[in-house]
Amino acid sequence: MNYAASPVLVPQLPLWRSRLLLALIAGGFVLLACRAVYLQGLNNDFLQQKGESRYSRVLEISANRGRITDRHGEALAISTPVKSVWAIPEEVQYSSQQRAKLAALLELPPQEIDKRLNEATSFVYLKRQIPPEAAERVNELRITGLFQNREYRRYYPGGEVMAHMLGFTGASDTGQEGIELAFQSTLAGKPGSRRVIKDRMGQIVEDMESIREAQNGRDLALALDAKLQNLAFSQLKLAVETNKAKAGAIVVLDAKTGEVLALANLPTYNPNNRSRLSGAQLRNRVITDTFEPGSTLKPFTVALAMEIGKITPESMIATASGSLAIGKATIHDAHRFGDMSVTQVIQRSSNVGAAKIALGLPAAAMWRMFDQVGFGSAPRLGFPGEAGGKLRAYQTWRPIEQATMAYGHGISVSLLQLARAYTIFARDGELMPLSLLRVDAPLAGRQVISPETARKLRDMLELAVQPGGTAPKARVMGYRVAGKTGTAHKEENGGYAAHKYVSSFVGFAPVSDPRLVIAVMLDEPSAGQYYGGAVAAPVFSAVMGGALRMLGVPPDAPLKPLELPPEGSEIKEGV
Amino acid sequence: MARITLVLVLALTACALGLVTSQHQARKLFAELEREQERAKQLEVEWGQLQLEQSTWAMHARVEKIARERLRMSVPDARRTQVVMPTATLGESPGGRR
Repeated sequence: MNYAASPVLVPQLPLWRSRLLLALIAGGFVLLACRAVYLQGLNNDFLQQKGESRYSRVLEISANRGRITDRHGEALAISTPVKSVWAIPEEVQYSSQQRAKLAALLELPPQEIDKRLNEATSFVYLKRQIPPEAAERVNELRITGLFQNREYRRYYPGGEVMAHMLGFTGASDTGQEGIELAFQSTLAGKPGSRRVIKDRMGQIVEDMESIREAQNGRDLALALDAKLQNLAFSQLKLAVETNKAKAGAIVVLDAKTGEVLALANLPTYNPNNRSRLSGAQLRNRVITDTFEPGSTLKPFTVALAMEIGKITPESMIATASGSLAIGKATIHDAHRFGDMSVTQVIQRSSNVGAAKIALGLPAAAMWRMFDQVGFGSAPRLGFPGEAGGKLRAYQTWRPIEQATMAYGHGISVSLLQLARAYTIFARDGELMPLSLLRVDAPLAGRQVISPETARKLRDMLELAVQPGGTAPKARVMGYRVAGKTGTAHKEENGGYAAHKYVSSFVGFAPVSDPRLVIAVMLDEPSAGQYYGGAVAAPVFSAVMGGALRMLGVPPDAPLKPLELPPEGSEIKEGV
Repeated sequence: MARITLVLVLALTACALGLVTSQHQARKLFAELEREQERAKQLEVEWGQLQLEQSTWAMHARVEKIARERLRMSVPDARRTQVVMPTATLGESPGGRR
């Protein structure tokens, strides 16, 4: 049978109906095509962005802050990641049991947690910088509304011993003091970021692009020698305690390279736990504080007078009277010894002798001498708060001022400047630039006085530590030592305090080929003794002896035990 | 003609499947790389912490205290130190005697 052939089944539909349908369907397709072109080609930024945000993420790449090590590579400061716990107080929900556990983990009283949560509604830190293990356990409590983020914390294994040298970093791991601040740009890392594709499990499946490379901070090798630093610190501490001093400072320089091998201050602080810090603890006295140095400046005046040929070590200075009147003021010596040679002026530290030598010198030359050894201008180490000291222009000097400056009054210097200035005696007349970082090739020094003068001064300074000088306690068995004491009244309210002293000692050893320059300063020793030779010289001796042995410097003197003169019998210097 | 088309279609299908597998493999390997890199970072952190610990234990003050108090050691004074100079010849050694 063929139904198709049946005339009954032939549809009798008007042609316009099928045409209309065709046109409608075709029109629909055209609309769809237009929309597709619009979405795909013309206005696709928004959709692409939305699509990408479903799978691509921008990740932060953290960068470490560089480590600080001593000259032998021992770690002095290291950053390690810690967690900070913060909360959105509105969303926090916990049971009282959870609250107790949280308080125990954060080492906070539970009331404190409540207090903090009530302080703000949208964001509050509960505790910053807790160890990662504790943070992990806080996480396990599964408290809603509690979050953690990663931060870095700096640790200083050396603690209070290195505190002033290294300084410390703030909460965001940026330097705030000391080396940490001075070398912030070197130490700091630059965090980077990158775009990645994540799958629905949160796993990274593809790296799309690196937006910014992360740069770790560079490690810094200091000139500091940890062993020597510890020795210097412990000896200084001992001296500050036995002399009941208000403060103390010591700096050890390598005379060959100008490196700062040790630098310690008291009082000090623990950089790992900085709650309750006082300004006195934070002060880096070696670099940022200046004081009137007293007799330690005498060698510079004598060196200058010898350079211009005014005197020789044997020239006699009329000091018999023990006092010298200039205008209304009178300079006194502590003892009268009769007339002295220039050598004896240094050895016995005669103020009158030094003043008389200074008065024979042109003020401009004296100013130039002080300026050339670095007084009056900061040593430019890059250390924060370096003090330059006070050295007034010579045009304004009155004769009495010129005379007192010869023995270190009316001029102020930092201990570091003083130690550096002594490199001219330790190095045949050359002043060394200083370095806080390890130096591989020593920098060139600047010639300030002639090698002959420097050698003669070395001999004079060696006599000052012999019996008959001001500091026999500075001697070290097995080594020839040279140095100079300083004892100065403290300045207070524009005048000098009667019973407050700054005692200091600067010296170097071994005299045959000086290796180390050490400067010690004690502020207000109040246990009876206050002369530099009695208070500061023993610190110098202990540190110098230990340091030379550590560095393996061969002895240059016979190894006879030193006979110390009876207590208090050293020559008192003029104050 | 029909046969060539068939061969090409089969080849295309094979390539497409290959692409899918290799992409999957690549992503798996990449995820593994990421994990290892994360582990390397963790280890680096741990290394830093260990260094810190070592520094703390090896503090000179602590070593000195233990040497002095527990082991009863002391620093030899200069008289008991023999200095050996690399250039010194026998018989005229400078420095200290025993």
